[in-house]
Amino acid sequence: MTVRQRVVVAMSGGVDSSVAAALLAEQGCDAVGLMMRLWSETPSDNVSTHNRCCTPDAVERAREVASKFDMPFYVVDAREAFRSKVVDFFVDGHKSGLTPNPCLECNRFIRWDFLLKKAIKLGATWLATGHYARVNQVGDEYQLLRAVDEHKDQSYALSVLGQAQLSHTLFPVGGYTKAQVRDLAFRFGLPVFNQSDSQDLCFLGDGDYRRFLNDRVPEVMQSGPIVDTYRKPLGEHQGLQRYTIGQRKGIGIAASVPMYVVAMEIESNTLVVGPREALGGCYLEASGVNWVSGSPPQGAIRAAVKIRYRAHPSPAVITPVSNDRVEVDFDTPLRDITPGQAAVFYEGEMCLGGGVIQP
Amino acid sequence: MAAERIYLDHAATTPVAAEVTRAMMPYFGEDYGNPSSVHYWGQRAEHALSSARRQIADILGCLPGEIVFTSCGSESNNLALRGAAMAARASKGGNHLVVTAIEHHAVFNTACQLRDLYGFELTVLPVDQLGLVSLDSVAGAIRTDTIMVSVMYANNEIGSVQPISEIAQLTRAQGVLLHTDAVQAASQLSLNVEVLGVDMMSLGAHKFYGPKGVGALYVRQGVSVEPALTGGGQERGLRAGTHNVPLIIGMASALQVTSERKERDNQKFARHKDMLINGILLNIPYARLTGHPERRLPNNASFVFHGVDGNEMIMALDLAGVAAGSGSACKTGSPMASGVLLALGLDAEWALGSLRLTVGRGTTDAEIERIQEMMPPLIAQLRNG
Repeated sequence: MTVRQRVVVAMSGGVDSSVAAALLAEQGCDAVGLMMRLWSETPSDNVSTHNRCCTPDAVERAREVASKFDMPFYVVDAREAFRSKVVDFFVDGHKSGLTPNPCLECNRFIRWDFLLKKAIKLGATWLATGHYARVNQVGDEYQLLRAVDEHKDQSYALSVLGQAQLSHTLFPVGGYTKAQVRDLAFRFGLPVFNQSDSQDLCFLGDGDYRRFLNDRVPEVMQSGPIVDTYRKPLGEHQGLQRYTIGQRKGIGIAASVPMYVVAMEIESNTLVVGPREALGGCYLEASGVNWVSGSPPQGAIRAAVKIRYRAHPSPAVITPVSNDRVEVDFDTPLRDITPGQAAVFYEGEMCLGGGVIQP
Repeated sequence: MAAERIYLDHAATTPVAAEVTRAMMPYFGEDYGNPSSVHYWGQRAEHALSSARRQIADILGCLPGEIVFTSCGSESNNLALRGAAMAARASKGGNHLVVTAIEHHAVFNTACQLRDLYGFELTVLPVDQLGLVSLDSVAGAIRTDTIMVSVMYANNEIGSVQPISEIAQLTRAQGVLLHTDAVQAASQLSLNVEVLGVDMMSLGAHKFYGPKGVGALYVRQGVSVEPALTGGGQERGLRAGTHNVPLIIGMASALQVTSERKERDNQKFARHKDMLINGILLNIPYARLTGHPERRLPNNASFVFHGVDGNEMIMALDLAGVAAGSGSACKTGSPMASGVLLALGLDAEWALGSLRLTVGRGTTDAEIERIQEMMPPLIAQLRNG
């Protein structure tokens, strides 16, 4: 990277983005810190706190880091964009009986659209974030690689990015382990080195998405029948969106063998449970597929597929059926293929892209 | 990157003038007495305090006893509104306050609190497209139970200067108090309270090359005001608390210097302001001047740009080394259009793109020329992204 190119660093006050900012500043970049205010629940009777990520304290921590490195620092209000693109997506997904992952939408629409556009308007060549992932340039192509620290790898949530985004993206901490990043924070004297990690579903005041849905979309939290795979009634559930595919604990039924959530039937508001053998499948369809390279492969390919952020990659054959749809056939059955979550494809350490698992 | 930074946000604050710093220095470590003390040190401090008070009173054309020292312009505004409203309700049963739609928050939010928590009635006067309040609307708002009209002398965002002495004739004829927030006006306009005809006037020193943390409220003799800060009997019982002697000395010195060089300053300010206004309006499409073209502060060039985000504009200028202000920009990045600009009747597409450039004593021709060159491409980049 040429010296003094301008880099906008998306700061959160957390350790990862603070170390990212510090590394860039130390390299002599013209680093500018931007921190987004994101939408969160207003404190109410049911929930007392704000968005757990961008609290006034977090802003102060980020401001302190920026000032330590003489970086300009600005707060950007992204509440409206975040609400309409991320929170509504989350709520609408649950209304359709899906289990959506809003972090991917946040990366797609908030960081790499709303914020990247602002960065470019401010004369920046690069947008840097504290994500654990790597960008690798091979000729004209930008590849998205898994992080060096495989426990922290966030490429799953970044699988929505394409060439237009990656060609302006830096992940300064992607080449370090979390432990190294904490050491760096300590060495840089950052005020954040003992902060806890950022949260999924940051917009929930208390981290309880069931309470959130109950408050905001009570219609998806209506009680209904629980049946087994032979349609035999087993009890009553307290709202389909309290459950997730593959869940065993907390279903609230008595049975001779452990029972798992097998399906959620939104039209009849029915929760279907079954024994372990009833779970799972070898097949999924994903739509809205993003290919990091910009285009789908010619014909079927072998790849490893992650069906959740925390899932292990499972070997599969991916067959593109159109530009943004694929069929995925796993070598061995998976227990918890969950509609609404992303299926993300890997070839070795390279993330090829991903799409949304269809019901 | 900018070689040298350019400061064009003198409406936000000004540097402390060198002679003002010099005047203050002895009162930190040498003459540090408390003016309320009986002894030698107290008498030294008391003497300095009353000289400062006399110096300010001379410039305002009032009696020294009509000056109340406070901690800032906002406190002065609070004391004026809250103090006079409470006193008039107790003594005369008055219950009605009148302010304009473009008051500074220190006045506006105080008036709203008096309405919401204390049951006063509040009339908010509209302004025209150029930011001026009409005499007819003031006359029409005054009722038998009206306590006070508060109209800011010059607006902090758009620089519009209100017809204070004409308004004073109306209020005086009706036996209603007139308060003016002169915080923004003080660096450039006449502060003679007899010419203005006001009953109360707020000042804050850091807007006229004095220190932050000190202000004053002029209260005409005979106007009753309840103290907002109770305690010792300082400032005729209107404002308790040990006097901040060095800062008060600084304010007096700053006002003296300002008064002496006002004419010269204003000529230079106006020339730079006109260069900014002409340069920007001629070279940038969909740009408008906000506020009155003539009845405005000599140092204020304020604009709106259609389809531009004011926060982004302030950031981009800052990254280019230019300090500017915007009615819509604040440190929390809130994308709210300023109430002042909305009161002018601007729609949000215009009002969100506001920019305030305010020149000062240190502004140079070269700086203004650099701004003229940098603005058109900067606005184009923000529009096209």
